Amino acid sequence: MTRMPRWADVALIPLLNLVIAFAISGLVILAIGENPWAALKIMVTGALGSSYGWGYTLYYTTSFIFTGLAVAIASHAGLFNIGGEGQATLGGLGVALICLSLPWPHWSLALLAASLGAAAFGAAWAAIPAWLQAKRGSHIVITTIMFNFIALSLLNYLLGNVMRPARSMDPASARFPEGATLPTLNDMAAGLGFVWGKNTPANISLFIALLCCLAVWALIWKTRLGFQIRAFGKSEPAAVYAGINPVRITMYAMLISGGLAGLMAVNNVMGEAERLVLNAVEGAGFIGIAVALMGRNHPFGVLLAALLFGFLYQGGGELALWTTIPRELITVIQALVILFTGALDNMVRAPVERLFARRGAR
Amino acid sequence: MAQAQTSERQATAAPAIELRGISKAFGPVQANKDISIRVMPGTIHGIIGENGAGKSTLMSILYGFYKADAGEILIGGTPVQIPDSQAAIRAGIGMVFQHFKLVQTFTVLENVVLGAEDGALLRPSLAKARASLQQLARDYELEVDPDAVVEELSVGHQQRVEILKALYRQADILILDEPTGVLTPAEADHLFRILRGLRAQGKTVILITHKLREIMEITDTVSVMRRGEMTATVTTAETSPEQLAELMVGRKVLLHVPKGPANPGAVVLSVEDLRMVDEDGVERLKGISLQIRAGEILGIAGVAGNGQSELLKILGGFGHGTGRITMNGVPVDLTGRSSDGQTSRAQGIAHVPEDRQHLGLIMDFTAWENVAFGYHHAPEYQKNALFMDNAALMAETQAKMERFDVRPPIPTLAAKNFSGGNQQKIVLAREIERNPDLLLVGQPTRGVDIGAIEFIHKQIVALRDAGKAVLLVSVELDEILSLSDRIAVMFDGRIMGERLPSETDERELGLLMAGVA
Repeated sequence: MTRMPRWADVALIPLLNLVIAFAISGLVILAIGENPWAALKIMVTGALGSSYGWGYTLYYTTSFIFTGLAVAIASHAGLFNIGGEGQATLGGLGVALICLSLPWPHWSLALLAASLGAAAFGAAWAAIPAWLQAKRGSHIVITTIMFNFIALSLLNYLLGNVMRPARSMDPASARFPEGATLPTLNDMAAGLGFVWGKNTPANISLFIALLCCLAVWALIWKTRLGFQIRAFGKSEPAAVYAGINPVRITMYAMLISGGLAGLMAVNNVMGEAERLVLNAVEGAGFIGIAVALMGRNHPFGVLLAALLFGFLYQGGGELALWTTIPRELITVIQALVILFTGALDNMVRAPVERLFARRGAR
Repeated sequence: MAQAQTSERQATAAPAIELRGISKAFGPVQANKDISIRVMPGTIHGIIGENGAGKSTLMSILYGFYKADAGEILIGGTPVQIPDSQAAIRAGIGMVFQHFKLVQTFTVLENVVLGAEDGALLRPSLAKARASLQQLARDYELEVDPDAVVEELSVGHQQRVEILKALYRQADILILDEPTGVLTPAEADHLFRILRGLRAQGKTVILITHKLREIMEITDTVSVMRRGEMTATVTTAETSPEQLAELMVGRKVLLHVPKGPANPGAVVLSVEDLRMVDEDGVERLKGISLQIRAGEILGIAGVAGNGQSELLKILGGFGHGTGRITMNGVPVDLTGRSSDGQTSRAQGIAHVPEDRQHLGLIMDFTAWENVAFGYHHAPEYQKNALFMDNAALMAETQAKMERFDVRPPIPTLAAKNFSGGNQQKIVLAREIERNPDLLLVGQPTRGVDIGAIEFIHKQIVALRDAGKAVLLVSVELDEILSLSDRIAVMFDGRIMGERLPSETDERELGLLMAGVA
């Protein structure tokens, strides 16, 4: 039986899905009395047309890579981690505690320590639902989403009562010391001797995100742990037959997943805000689900999907700025992208497969 | 090959069902190619063929699940269109699927009426069905309590409900797909009596099976399918199992693997008073004691669900039981939890599980990943402390595939894309080539083609001849009888008795399997 070529599976179908999603988005924009073509132009130039746009697009992309990888690795173990939001929130707490603990002499040391802190706090936050799932059978979807709320409440309390500097009315931590300031991409370009934008938040943590993509790819497909995670995710009874310990794999997978989600805080808390504020995650944990879905749980797919959603985020912001199109519409476009690339994937896939089958038969 | 010689009486009547030139392709795969059959009324017609030969596709066309690309169907000499199963029922075709389509929580009566209600109110339909069930029970030995809830019935009785459903819908042609796979020998005998009764009343029965013995026992005529084509239709009385097997596979097949006498050595596995209670508090193993020596095959016969699966699980290191088990004199862990369940493998126990699709293989994994499965800790599969040696595994799988004749020999193909026999060969290659002291093997040939059965049986016997102990669990009595050096029969979590194959027969084993000691 001839099957669909691989390029069609990984490139053509997502592309067709996107085109349909954008076409329908265009109709919606038309319906509210704006010009869809002009809107697209604003989005593209706003997000990708300048170093300023790229600086923001890549900033969002960085966050989405972390949360997308977190969802992806849990999915490989058959676990649906929708607690990225809470794990990234706790990651922020870890970053803040570490950055505020010392007058850091150099950003590189601070980055290393903060990354470890972010990952450890995120992993710890994922460990509790993981343990409840592995030992008690409490469904991880329920517990992780509950832990999102608990994380928010916890942070609310800590920022309001413990970490807030005296005489500040703002529920936020103190500003991080100078030595914990991460170089932005603008700074790094300047350091290399050329000018590439200024005052945009994209920072060095983008490269950590890229390294994580590579590491997750190697973990899943090249290591024994990845082998066991995938086996467990595909069939738990078979994994047990093969001598794979379900409790251990559930814990490992969720610790890695939570750690990746926590790492996001290096980007938004340390790289951008430089202090811990309430709701710093801004939904990136949930976007991670869509990113992993669209990226088919493959690290490089996650990278591309994160870039797309980064573009949608930044382009959407520009759209709200320059037109009467409300910001909410961007959510509609995102939803359409998720709908067509995730839920309605078969709608496009089935006819394309038939097309290839017919061509193969000839 | 001689065409079916129909008797004078049948030759004058129109065939109950006739297929002319049925073809069906799925993409480039030709599942049915120019199939023609004539089945006379009042006969039992067998359709035999390997997995993937196109039997199921053909029956699905008859029952309106698929539409044929070409060809026509005639019922009683009249061409009919069967676009859906309702049309099939109207045309008088009844189907008994391998996996029953019953509502488990409904009574027998409700299941029979379901989909054939006379009106909005249920009561009159039920009353009518009750009367007609009584009639059918008298006519065909189809006794079932109409008020029993289906989930409380034995498998054999559930099958009767399926047959009753078809007859209640006035089926004249009854198609049964692998009906004996789940039955005890006694239940199978009863089913055959029912089928003979139906034939006597002028009904037409089409029996799809891969068991040659059943074809020989009950059918009048038999059609053989191979690779989507009908290779022959013969009168059963004029053929032999060997000839049918050759027609199915396309080459000569040994139905019984030749094996010399066993040379039992030292005791390899010793089980004493093994007990096991499942999650629902039901005792599934009630004090099993057995021994297996090096160089012998102990066959465990029994109807599925009498504790064999639990026994295999515990011996395989992932079930929890109590009792004493030693392997080469060393106690075996019975908690099913110690050190990742890898201990049983380390003690030299290899396990070909009963359910290869849910336990033995990960269907979405490639062949080479499945070869590593369970042995992913083996030092030779690691490249260094960090990474597995995928390239070495790939080469190893390629070699295994050639030694075990796995087709197609492509290590990167997902397990689900292999046929049942080839999947089983992958599992066997993985387990046997670890050179275990004890091989646990459950249902080695379930869903496996005749040609592959021969190969698998040879491998098991070769392992025994190499001085290894083998524990064989099978619901196929033929298999138990032809492979085992000793036979233990399990019933309700107990061993009912041990026999030597030379000193017993199917009848005696059948009684033991039914718990009649």
